[in-house]
Amino acid sequence: MNKVMSNKLIITLYVLPALLLIMVLIYVPIVLTGYYGLMRWDGVGEMTFIGLDNYIRLLSDNQFWRSSFHSLLLAIFSTISLIGYLIISLILATKIKGANFLRKIYLIPMLLSSVAIAQLWLKIYHPTNGLLNSLLFTIGFNNAPAWLADRSLVLFSIFIAIIWQYAGFYILIYYAALKNIPESIIEAAKIDGATPIQIAYKIKFPLILGVFKVTIILAIVGSLKYFDLIWIMTGGGPAGASEVIASYMYKQAFSSYNFGYGSAVGFYLLLFCLIATWLIRKLTTSKEEIQY
Amino acid sequence: MGKQSDVVKTESNTSRKIGYALLYLILGIIAVFQVYPLIWLVKFSLKSNREVFSESPFALPTEPRWENYTTAWTQGNIGLYFFNSVWITVVAVVLTVLFASLVTFAITRMNWKFNKLTLGLFMIGLMIPIHSTLIPLFSFFLSINLIDNPIAIILTYTAFNLPLTIMILLGFYYTLPREIEEAAVIDGCSINRIFFQITLPMTMPVISTTAIINMIYNWNEFVFINTFIRSDHYRTLTVGIQSFIGQYATDWGAIGATLVISILPILIAFFFLSNKIVEGIAAGAVKG
Repeated sequence: MNKVMSNKLIITLYVLPALLLIMVLIYVPIVLTGYYGLMRWDGVGEMTFIGLDNYIRLLSDNQFWRSSFHSLLLAIFSTISLIGYLIISLILATKIKGANFLRKIYLIPMLLSSVAIAQLWLKIYHPTNGLLNSLLFTIGFNNAPAWLADRSLVLFSIFIAIIWQYAGFYILIYYAALKNIPESIIEAAKIDGATPIQIAYKIKFPLILGVFKVTIILAIVGSLKYFDLIWIMTGGGPAGASEVIASYMYKQAFSSYNFGYGSAVGFYLLLFCLIATWLIRKLTTSKEEIQY
Repeated sequence: MGKQSDVVKTESNTSRKIGYALLYLILGIIAVFQVYPLIWLVKFSLKSNREVFSESPFALPTEPRWENYTTAWTQGNIGLYFFNSVWITVVAVVLTVLFASLVTFAITRMNWKFNKLTLGLFMIGLMIPIHSTLIPLFSFFLSINLIDNPIAIILTYTAFNLPLTIMILLGFYYTLPREIEEAAVIDGCSINRIFFQITLPMTMPVISTTAIINMIYNWNEFVFINTFIRSDHYRTLTVGIQSFIGQYATDWGAIGATLVISILPILIAFFFLSNKIVEGIAAGAVKG
């Protein structure tokens, strides 16, 4: 048995294709991103080594920090909205009829491509004929804003579309976790006279805290690297008001051909994501994990 | 006394009912928020521009203009993009599931020194933001002449979906009893036969889950295809409709029809496979 299952040749053959792919297409590139960040390079011509210039220049690049701030704002919005998704899931999981059907309805937008979602929301936000402003005109609101052209509103408007995209996903995760809680625990609490709100807050929430922490990481890291909807809906505009780290990096590299500088931005993005993951893990680690 | 408690009971019953009605109202509003934009999309996909601009956006199209769909399909090259999406998605999914199964089998069933380390490499891969790999990948594919070649797309999809797929497979492999495989070894069965004729068929349920998840991600992928593919004849639906819409920016009906065509396959798949899809997304939650 052991001899057959230790066949070196077979192990190599089984592991190598996948390992090669992730090494060549994931690990080598992240190292190279850091390295290219040390270069002045237009993507095709000669590279010139310029040391830490790109990384230092980034530190005083206002547009980079503005983009980072926007990414951070998205991360904060996303984290706060998790509470809303959690409340909806708690409602869904209290023996509501049709809960299974509803959570599937909620999930539909998540299945669509970001191009479809972005194009649809461009139409919804259309200043004169869009769904939203038409609705506002109908109820007598005449100065409806141009949602995506207004610098102070654009990020918020995009965030609503992001909520539309991801709400069903988080509700699905919480619902699945809540359904895993043994019925006996809830019954015992009911016999002891706990109200539904007490049960939700003092029993169900602590029991799915582990899942909640995972979703915090998902929401924050997901927001830090957010790109698709923003790129298609506004391209980071107007005047950089919805620029985020990933769109700034993409522009530097593939629109301005500053591949070296873009790589430095990409490397910072990697660092931000890893630091955020590590930090959240550290901050949310409790002494004892609750078991049931 | 008994009467009073009856009163209390009916009161709490009524408030219970009101409470439930409120909860349903909240859930219903969210359902409308999630679904109405899509209904609105179908409505304006059947309208002419004159209807879109002069009539209420909530109105049904007076006379559904199906020609919007023929316009989108013929002028928008949608048929070609559709075909590209299908074959690129299918090839990438098959490669991902096969390679991931091989690795998971080697990690959970075979004895070797670096299996924990290898598993760790795959799991850390889950956390890497794709944008941090984009520039090196682009210049790598450029240097080996794979820019504007679907092979670059298929390899990238496979690589980036492997970690998640392995993670989902792993949970299933750990719960799978080993007795059948052990018996096969004693009977002198070769490892290849064990894997392909015993293990792979046994893991079909989880393979279908991961295949569905992979399919949705690949079908909807935007960044890689937008960066690595230049020419129209290799474009997939996501990027294809993006460029088509760019040209027809003012024709709402054609845009709507294009979008409906692009999301219809996913919606149909969801209608038939919703339980599998829900399960797959819950299992793949770590990717996000």
